[in-house]
Amino acid sequence: MTAQLAIVLTAMLGGAIRVSTPFIFVALGETLTEKSGRINLGLEGTLVLGAMLGYATAYLTGSPWLGVLAGGGAGVLLGTLHGLLCSLPRVNDIAVGIAMMTLGTGLAFFFGKPFIQPEAPHLPSIPLADWTGDPALAVALRVNPLFFVGVAAALVMAWGFRNTRIGLVVRTTGDSAAAALAMGVSVNRVRTLATATGGFLAGIGGAFLSLYYPGSWNEGLSSGQGLMAVALVIFARWSPIRCVLAALLFGAAGAIGPALQSVGVTQGYYLFNAAPYILTLLVMVGSSGSKDALRAAPGELSITR
Amino acid sequence: MTDAIGAAAHLTAAPPRRGSTLALRLRAGSEYLVIPVLAVLAASGLFGLFLLAVGKSPLTFLDLIWVGGFGSAFSWGNTLARAAPLVLTALTVAIPAQLGLTIIGGEGALVLGGFAAAAVAVPFVGSGAPALAVMPLMVLASLVAGGLWIGLAGLLRYRRGVNETIASLLLSYVAIAVTLFFVEGPLRDPASTAKASTRPIGALYAVGKMPGLNVHWGFAVGVAVAIALGVLMSRTTFGFAARITGGNMRAAQAQGLPVGRLMMSCCLIAGACAGLAGYFEVAAVQGRANASLAAGYGFTGILVSFLARHNPFAIPPVAVLFGGLAAAGGLVQRRMGMPDATVLVLQGFIFVVLLASETLYGRFSLFRISGRQGRA
Repeated sequence: MTAQLAIVLTAMLGGAIRVSTPFIFVALGETLTEKSGRINLGLEGTLVLGAMLGYATAYLTGSPWLGVLAGGGAGVLLGTLHGLLCSLPRVNDIAVGIAMMTLGTGLAFFFGKPFIQPEAPHLPSIPLADWTGDPALAVALRVNPLFFVGVAAALVMAWGFRNTRIGLVVRTTGDSAAAALAMGVSVNRVRTLATATGGFLAGIGGAFLSLYYPGSWNEGLSSGQGLMAVALVIFARWSPIRCVLAALLFGAAGAIGPALQSVGVTQGYYLFNAAPYILTLLVMVGSSGSKDALRAAPGELSITR
Repeated sequence: MTDAIGAAAHLTAAPPRRGSTLALRLRAGSEYLVIPVLAVLAASGLFGLFLLAVGKSPLTFLDLIWVGGFGSAFSWGNTLARAAPLVLTALTVAIPAQLGLTIIGGEGALVLGGFAAAAVAVPFVGSGAPALAVMPLMVLASLVAGGLWIGLAGLLRYRRGVNETIASLLLSYVAIAVTLFFVEGPLRDPASTAKASTRPIGALYAVGKMPGLNVHWGFAVGVAVAIALGVLMSRTTFGFAARITGGNMRAAQAQGLPVGRLMMSCCLIAGACAGLAGYFEVAAVQGRANASLAAGYGFTGILVSFLARHNPFAIPPVAVLFGGLAAAGGLVQRRMGMPDATVLVLQGFIFVVLLASETLYGRFSLFRISGRQGRA
């Protein structure tokens, strides 16, 4: 009995890791961007374009890792465009984000049509539990290397924010543009670079979607994950480590639906689909008004007005 | 800081009124016409280059847009039928924008409004209940459903400081999921096999075409609502208070303006507009509620409102332009062998260039009345 429960829980953990990986990448990217004082709502578009370009590249070259790189590249392009546009005076970053959502999704659907049918090679996974000889456990704990890359990136980012000059410059730019100017830093350049790098991470998250889980390209691949990840950043109070934990929480929530379906609960399938959005809303309601969130928010951010 | 200015800049769309003659006012106001038009032209040029790069002819594209959207009485009918929901979903963005709120959840409010209208009508089908009683009920249901949905985003913003842009889009996904749950489950018409739908609302409760025109009443109603809301926002104390709040929320609060009530009113009105769009999609176009309600009108409406600079009076003509693009989309798809996302790419180009053009305001001395009155 306890052994069975343990297997169910490991299955949930495996599912949480699978579902959370794209959240981790998008949330980390958005954390970096927001730490520099801008918000990029367009990461939903980046996620979709990254997924499409990653899938297409993997299909055409036969290498899923080149696909991951291409997904990141798509993110850099969109992020740079966002960053440059927002560097113009009087251009609103939230509005540009909405535009990038439209542009990214539009481009992905435009060029993605021929890649809906073909099968691209998938990313390999690391078998963590094959040695136990338990087939259920072995399947549950096949973890994609990108998950570890994401966790490592979070650790590096958390360390970097505290201990490096780049981290200091990004944080200062996000907290007070005037202070950054006094340091002799070009505010717009820092923010554009931060948005481009953030886009790179989000694009990788997109490539994970199409190349590992769910593992195919179609126009319904992402429905709001990019947006949810942006909301998650507020919940994580702009801390990369808490981003990973929050993403795992969301992953577990996302894994409940399929788990219930597998044991035969099909009633209300569409309501389960709504659960992640409602969870995100509740999390936003809980974290937006809190004093902790307000204290941790970068001072230049327009989202916490 | 710069963001606050950017947000305020697109709200003060009205030209300066005092101390200037009509000609000067026109010259100053024309900036708000000339720059968006230039932005659309520039975006079209870029899109032309994009078409060349993928090996398609921009001239053929332009020709097909003309033929499919504006070339004949038939295409005009198609265009205006698609412009009808766009006028209303654009108002969903424009009205809260007066207060500095960016609401992008119109799609969900439209779907929910349409579903509410159908859900109210279906039990009466075949009961002999008069249309004069049921149709107002349908309209009311759609207004309430849409209004409450966007109103919730406004409430969360006002009470808890939840970002309304993200919240409204999340609510939009929830609205679509809830609608699909009912359409695929409890309220599904057993006869709808290919595409799950509610039962049809029947001819009795359907909205017909305007006399002598190939367009349903939704377009006329949308234009009337746009004009009414335009008057409300530019000629009443309510609109004045809303625009003051949009310019500087803290100052408005310090002046004792009821900021919370203004926010809620504007969000309720905004959601009701999207709900009404859903009503007409069900009552005049689809005849039942199903997944086709989520056709993207809510998202195109965002661009329409931004291009109209959130000015309700400017929304109908811009909506007609995008209605035409949408109407011609099918023709472009068939004749040029391009995916249906082509129109979405063009919209993305226009949106990006339009926002970039935001930086041009006040840069041209041509539009200035004098050094003192011109906007820096």
